[in-house]
Amino acid sequence: MNLPIYMDNHATTPTDPRVLETMLPYFKEHFGNAASRNHAFGWEAEEAVETARKQIASLIGATAKEIIFTSGATESNNLALKGVAEMYAERGNHIITAATEHKAILDTAKRLEKHGVRVTYLPVRQDGLIDLDMLREAITDKTILVSIMYANNEIGVVQPIREIGKICKEKSILFHTDGVQAVGKIPVNVIEDNIDLLSLSGHKIYGPKGVGALYVRRKSPRVQLTAQMDGGGHERGMRSGTLNVPGIAGLGKACAIAQAEMSEESRRMAFLRDKLKDRLLAELDETYINGSMEHRLPNNLNISFAYVEGESLLMGINDVAVSSGSACTSATLEPSYVLKALGAGDDLAHSSIRFGLGRFNTEEEVDYVAAKVISIVKKLRELSPLYEMVKEGIDLSKVEWTAH
Amino acid sequence: MAYSDKVLDHYNNPRNVGSLDKTAPNVGTGIVGAPECGDVMKLQVQVNGETGIIEEAKFKTFGCGSAIASSSLATEWLKGKTVDEALAIKNTEIVNELSLPPVKIHCSVLAEDAIKAAIGDYKKKQESGKEAPATAAQA
Repeated sequence: MNLPIYMDNHATTPTDPRVLETMLPYFKEHFGNAASRNHAFGWEAEEAVETARKQIASLIGATAKEIIFTSGATESNNLALKGVAEMYAERGNHIITAATEHKAILDTAKRLEKHGVRVTYLPVRQDGLIDLDMLREAITDKTILVSIMYANNEIGVVQPIREIGKICKEKSILFHTDGVQAVGKIPVNVIEDNIDLLSLSGHKIYGPKGVGALYVRRKSPRVQLTAQMDGGGHERGMRSGTLNVPGIAGLGKACAIAQAEMSEESRRMAFLRDKLKDRLLAELDETYINGSMEHRLPNNLNISFAYVEGESLLMGINDVAVSSGSACTSATLEPSYVLKALGAGDDLAHSSIRFGLGRFNTEEEVDYVAAKVISIVKKLRELSPLYEMVKEGIDLSKVEWTAH
Repeated sequence: MAYSDKVLDHYNNPRNVGSLDKTAPNVGTGIVGAPECGDVMKLQVQVNGETGIIEEAKFKTFGCGSAIASSSLATEWLKGKTVDEALAIKNTEIVNELSLPPVKIHCSVLAEDAIKAAIGDYKKKQESGKEAPATAAQA
């Protein structure tokens, strides 16, 4: 076992060696521009791009022509929201999304609000899932788009996508989903789920960084987008710019591997994750799981260790790479807005750790991480005035704190 | 974020962790911060009634590594000082000693506040001459 251990696979994943092998020729001898139509260099590049398009489409139940390449999921999300808002402005100006979306959705929505689009941010229940009745009630005759993420990047909860898709279809509203964390990890099918637009990213599925895709439905309905970047009219005019051929080839290969290995891999992820969870819960009191365990990615565990501050915990487990929902680790000095949206309370948000298991984690690593976390939490609780007060029977919610 | 060696040292080997009898007349207790802000420090001093010198100091901190280090350092500095000398400790001295980055300056401010709260609690007990139990509200 090598240290440090990487267990932050929601942030990014290591590139699978098979993906890297696929990419290398397109940096070297096959360096052509996929848009060069009159020589072999261009044809080779185009062939690689079209192979990747098929591989990606196959993973999500789409057809190759419905895949638009981008620089990553942030761009895909921007293109989906802004492109729909602009293209369908005459039909309506209302978009519905959720409070726990990724910043690439929330900040895009905020930008659109400045341009006269009305946005509804649905709250989530304590388990992190949206309430379908609230979604139905939020829909108006001006609603043009619903954007709800497939699976959350912090707490791993999987939204009722099929039901949301059904509601949108009934109301003839476009449905976009940020599928970054879900694609390649759990089965996603744009036909069965009634998804009109879907964002995905290479580097979350053992592919390269700097490449992503947007699925744009071509039939029933045919979705149109206003391009957000002007240029050569690549990608059916929706996204100009010379294609990142090595990245695209890598993304395609990553999707092909995911499709072939998903069922076995997700079982293994769930086994490792549950082992980690069970040990932590068995050996530590006052430890809480954030978000639904039932509707959750197999590789995610987000857990709050009450009375222990997240950053100090990360400091103690410095040979394990995980992330914390605590304010101190982020630039904003605000604890995780996702955990706050669950109503967990800021104190539990400060005490949370996100474990993201991945393809290359082993059972030995999970055992090591569990033991390490348990020993550091115990040590920090010895240091914690809050833990001491609770053990003395003091109700922390009744204490008058001096906020600073 | 990289931590300074001194912060790491205090985090790995915190000095003077523990609690003193908060009902004792010669013990002052300061609790500052709030759980929802991610920092709570409890700092206690035990003062020798005759010499006015702090002979024992203890802390417990819920917070990031820099908060733990700031309060651990504060207890080291408090021991052997008179009450008035203790009140003169400035957060900037803690910043310098631990090489805290700008985003962690609030940890040193909190430690200074905790010192002042603990000494304040001690002085209050001396004035009232009673064994008033310390509460967080006094901080």
